[in-house]
Amino acid sequence: MVEFFLNTVKPHFNFWVYVILMMVGLWSLIAKNNLIKKMMGLAIFQTAIILFYVSLGVKDGATIPVLEHYGDYAEKAEPAGPDASKPASKPAPNPASMPAPAASNPADAFANPVPHVLMLTAIVVGVATLGVALALCEMIFKEFDTLEEDELLRKIKALHDDA
Amino acid sequence: MLEQLPAVILLAPLFGALLISLFGLRERRACFPVAFASLLIALASAIGAGTRAFTGGAYDYFIGGWEEPLGIGIVLRVDSLNGLLLIAIAVVAVLALIFTIRPSSEKDEGKTAYFYILFLLLCVGLFGITITGDAFNLFVLIEVSALTSYGLVAIGSSRRCKMAAFHYLLMGTVGASFYLLGVGYLYLKTGSLNIQDINTILATNAVVSESPGVTTAFILILVGIWIKMAFFPLYGWLPNAYSYCPSGSACLLAPLMTKVSVYVMIRVMLSIFGLEWVFGHPGWSDLVVWLAVIAILAGSIMALAQREIKRMLCYLIVAEIGYMVGGAWLNDPNLWGLTGAFYHILADAMMTLCLFLTAGIFFKYRGISEIADLDGIFKKMPLTSIGFVIGALAMIGVPPTCGFFSKFYLIRGGIEGGQWEYVAALLISSLVNAVLFFRIFEIAYFGKKPAEGHDHEHNHEHEHEHEAPAQTVLPAREAPLSALIPLLAAAALILLVGIFNGQIVELIRVAFEIPSTVVSNLR
Repeated sequence: MVEFFLNTVKPHFNFWVYVILMMVGLWSLIAKNNLIKKMMGLAIFQTAIILFYVSLGVKDGATIPVLEHYGDYAEKAEPAGPDASKPASKPAPNPASMPAPAASNPADAFANPVPHVLMLTAIVVGVATLGVALALCEMIFKEFDTLEEDELLRKIKALHDDA
Repeated sequence: MLEQLPAVILLAPLFGALLISLFGLRERRACFPVAFASLLIALASAIGAGTRAFTGGAYDYFIGGWEEPLGIGIVLRVDSLNGLLLIAIAVVAVLALIFTIRPSSEKDEGKTAYFYILFLLLCVGLFGITITGDAFNLFVLIEVSALTSYGLVAIGSSRRCKMAAFHYLLMGTVGASFYLLGVGYLYLKTGSLNIQDINTILATNAVVSESPGVTTAFILILVGIWIKMAFFPLYGWLPNAYSYCPSGSACLLAPLMTKVSVYVMIRVMLSIFGLEWVFGHPGWSDLVVWLAVIAILAGSIMALAQREIKRMLCYLIVAEIGYMVGGAWLNDPNLWGLTGAFYHILADAMMTLCLFLTAGIFFKYRGISEIADLDGIFKKMPLTSIGFVIGALAMIGVPPTCGFFSKFYLIRGGIEGGQWEYVAALLISSLVNAVLFFRIFEIAYFGKKPAEGHDHEHNHEHEHEHEAPAQTVLPAREAPLSALIPLLAAAALILLVGIFNGQIVELIRVAFEIPSTVVSNLR
C-alpha cells in the first residue's frame, strides 16, 4: 500500500487528484437531483481540468516566468549542481550530448507559462458558463417553483399532457 | 485590403453585436438592419476569402502579425474546405436572420435586442470554429458558440425551453471540457497548440505519435465533439433543446451547430492527427462505423414515432449526424466517404434550414406543431408547401437535390470500404424518410380527417385519432414575405448545391488529397 503510494501516486500526485476531482464532479452532475448541486458538480469538473493544466506547467526548482527572476534561479541552482536541479521525471536521454548543464538552459529556469495563460481563458469561460447556468436556474425556479429535477420533470410532463 | 478578409469575417458580426448592445436596447428598430448589414459584410468577406483559397490554395492569416509558433498568437487558416463552410454558414445565418424580422409574439418583442446580440455572437463563434488554426482557440470559440446557443434556446417564451436549455448547458459544457482535456494531453506530448505544428510533430516524431498520451488525447477530443454534435448515445440534449426553442433560434441552431461540430471532427482527424495516424489503428473505423449505423437506424426509428413536426426533424438530425460520422470514418481512409461526409455537411445545413423554416412558418403563422394538424395545408399555403416538398425530397434523397448526391458519395464510399452495414443503414434510413415525408404529404394534400363542415376524403383508413384541430377553418393565407424569401432561397440552394455538386466536390477533394502512400501502406 505504502509502496504503491510512494511509487505510483506520489510522483503524479496532481494528476491523481485531478482525476478524482473530475469523477466527483461528473458523479454529482449525473446523480444529484437538485439543479444547483448539478451546477456545483459542473464547477468541480471544470476546476479539475484547470488543476490538470496548471500541473503541466510546473518544473522542479523553476521560478515564475519573468526575466528578472532568472538571477534567483541561477544562484539557487549553482551550488546544488546540474544533476540535482533536474526533475526526476525528465531524465536526459544522453548526458554527453547535452550542450550545457541544465542550470544554464534558460528555459529550465522558468515554469512553463503557456498552460497557465490558457487557464486564464478557461476560467473566464467557466465563470460565464456558471453565470448562464445560474440565470437559467433562476428562470426555472420562477416558472416551476422548484429546483428538484424529479419534480420538474413531473410538472413538465403535466404541461405536456394539458397541451 | 483583400488579405484582411479572414479577420473581417469574424469582426463584422462581433462589431454588429457590440453596436446592438450599445444602441439597440433603446432603438429596437435599429437591431435588424445592423445585424443584417454585419452578416452581409461577413458573407461578402467569406466569399472573398473562400475564393482566394479556392484559386490559390490554403493560406494563413496572423492576427496582429504574431507569427506562429512563437507564442499563443491567433492564427486563422483558410483552405478550400472551410472556405466552403464559411460561405455556407454566412448564407444560412443571413436567411435565418430574415426569418426573424417579425417577432412571434408581443412578449418576445422586448427581447429583440438581446436576441440579435446572441444571434450575431453565435455567428462569430461558428465562423471562428471554422477558420481558426489553433487547437486551444478552437475550444474557446466552441464555448462562445455554445454559451450563446444556450441563451438562444432559453430566450423563448415557452415554459419548457428553460429546462431544455439547462440540460443542453450541462451536456455541452461536459463535451467542451473533454475537448479541453484532450487538447491538454496533446500539448503535454507535442508542446504546441498550433494545428499545423502538432500535425508536423505527430507525422515526423514516431515516439510522440505512438505514445498512449496522444491516443488518450484523441479519444477525449473525439468524445467531447461527439457530445457537441449529438452523436447517437450522446444525443439526449438535442430533441428538447431544438424543439422547444423559439423558431427563429431553431432556424439558426439546427442547421449549423451540429454540422460545424462534424466539421471540427473532420478537421481533428485530417489536420491535427492526420488520416494516416487515425486509420493506423485497426478496429477503430469498424467500431465508429457501427456506432454510426446504430445512430442512423435509431434516429430514423425515433423520428417515425414522433407526432410533432419539430421533434421529428430533431431525430432526423440525429440520423444525419450518423451519416456524416460514418462517412468520415469509412475504412482505408476513404476518399469517397470523406468527400461525401463533408459535402453532406453543406447539403444537410441547407436541408435542415429549409425544413426548420417550414416548421417555423407552420408554428408561427398557423399555430401548428403536430403533423396531424397539417391537414390540407398545401392548398392554403402553396408557396410554403413548395419549399417543404423540396426540403423533404432532399432529405429522402431524390435526384437533382443535394441530398441525393451526398448519399450517392457516401454509399459509394461504403461500398469501396467494404462496410456494407453502413450502406444498408443509409438505404433503410432513406426509405424511412420516404415513409415519414410521404405520410405528411398525404395529410397535407388530401386532408386526413373530415373537416367540420365538409367531410370529403374520408375513405382513407388511418389510425390517427386526434382531437379536432382548430386550424381547419382558417382561410387560405400565405406566410409573409419575410418568411417566404428565406424559405424559397433555401429551397433554391438545395437544388443549386445539388446541380453544382461536381464543382463543390472538386474543391473538397483538393483538401482531402490523401497521399497515395497512406492507402498503399494500409492495404
